[in-house]
Amino acid sequence: MKPADLITRRRALLVGLGAAGGLLVPAQLRRLRLPPTYGHILRMGDNLTYAAHRTLLPSQRLAREFSYKDISSFPAIGMTNPGAPDKPNRSEEYARLQKGGFADWRLSVTGLVSSPGRFSLADLKALPSRTQITRHTCEEGWSAIAEWTGVQLGRVLEAAGLRPEARWVNFYSFDGWIDSIDLLDALHPQTLLAYGMNGSHLSVPHGAPVRLRVETQMGYKSMKFLERIVVRDTFDDGGKQGNIQNGWAWYAGI
Amino acid sequence: MPIRASQVLDAADTADVPVVAAPAIGTGTSAHARWVRVSHWILAASILVLAFTGFIILMAHPRLYWGDTGNSLTPALLELPISRNHRHGGWQERAPFFADPSSPVSANRTYEIFNQNGWGRSLHFLAAWLVVVPGAIYLLAGVLTGHFRRHLWPRRGELQAQALRTELINHLRLRIRQATGGPDYGLLQKCGYCAVVFVLLPLMVFTGLAMSPTVAAAYPFLQSMWGGFQSARTLHFFAFVALVLFSIGHVALVAKSGLKRQLRGMIRGR
Repeated sequence: MKPADLITRRRALLVGLGAAGGLLVPAQLRRLRLPPTYGHILRMGDNLTYAAHRTLLPSQRLAREFSYKDISSFPAIGMTNPGAPDKPNRSEEYARLQKGGFADWRLSVTGLVSSPGRFSLADLKALPSRTQITRHTCEEGWSAIAEWTGVQLGRVLEAAGLRPEARWVNFYSFDGWIDSIDLLDALHPQTLLAYGMNGSHLSVPHGAPVRLRVETQMGYKSMKFLERIVVRDTFDDGGKQGNIQNGWAWYAGI
Repeated sequence: MPIRASQVLDAADTADVPVVAAPAIGTGTSAHARWVRVSHWILAASILVLAFTGFIILMAHPRLYWGDTGNSLTPALLELPISRNHRHGGWQERAPFFADPSSPVSANRTYEIFNQNGWGRSLHFLAAWLVVVPGAIYLLAGVLTGHFRRHLWPRRGELQAQALRTELINHLRLRIRQATGGPDYGLLQKCGYCAVVFVLLPLMVFTGLAMSPTVAAAYPFLQSMWGGFQSARTLHFFAFVALVLFSIGHVALVAKSGLKRQLRGMIRGR
């Protein structure tokens, strides 16, 4: 074979791959909606990673599940009790609910759902449960394995009747934190509203009564102390209480 | 007959000594191609940013582990004294999860740690894009243009223990041949560049990718092949150390072999 033929073939292959990529990728990207960057180059980089992950990677595969003997010690960091008297922005409401064993706690699900509702702990436990032993990966660099029991977020959204224009699910917690995930993560089979950890009730330091588990992202997306859920069709970054305006990546799949 | 390093050293001055590379060493007949120069500086800048932000990220949790888990409540493989988080004692009493005495525990952190990962991580990943994309183009171009075959990969018969030893000794004595300002590399130089291009940088990229929870969920072997999340993180760190050592050696030898000529060769091509 002449060298010229080889190069032609390589070129043909490259042009073919480029053309196929050019046709497929924009179709994916057109559907993708991106969080605001406020002109910040780091947030643009976050969006590049988010767009690349959503375009190139299968999004509904399960994160690895471990066995019972893999369960490890687990630090509780950040807010460990939103109702503690020494906290600067203490939640009186959380302190009251905690005193009553969270019997009065209700998780409201509103926004783009056909039947907005309020779920008690008993309501959530009445839905089919999922138990998974997964690794929590903290952006700081540490990791820990625990068993989580809860209801798939997808089931709760289904019960509330997700409307077709829904795109984002926002979470609000008792410690004032606001965050959101897209529907691919919200409907991921391992994304839970977890009420149990390692065979017991979820303890206060780990986010009682219910925390989010997003196994496809870094630990900080698995918000603790959930108060309410709002489904939206536009991206709401949570203002000063959300990640983006605090200088953190909204997408933490990396 | 294998070329001795001493001969190569003298080749610049001795016209009648046979030389391995087609463009005679020392005559400076070949120059760095433009795409090589552009790739070199993009990658150098990106790697510098990655090294800096990587260090900032490591400062948030300066402990290394093996396997899938590791945190302040479990033993470390290595603890680095590089931030005030090193061996900090800000933990409340440990509460066991289970009844048995060896039960894993939970403890509340009571200490405000050093953590600049908000910008540190995002800048790290932005710089990583500027290694992965230009790096992939560089690899493709290196193969297609024959740059790797002609300049980087040791020639048949060139890679011999004796020659390597002689070159190593010469380098350790800082007897470095003067620069040509082009890609007429010595044997040790070729080995060093091949190790970085074909081993260290791919190792960096793949151990880095392995730490992404989304990537690991999508393709689990990309993480499990290293032995777990923490193993990938530890290997990522040691590859970083190797890359820093290479960079120090590289800059020192560039300076020793004629800084001006080398810089001109890598910036303007001549």
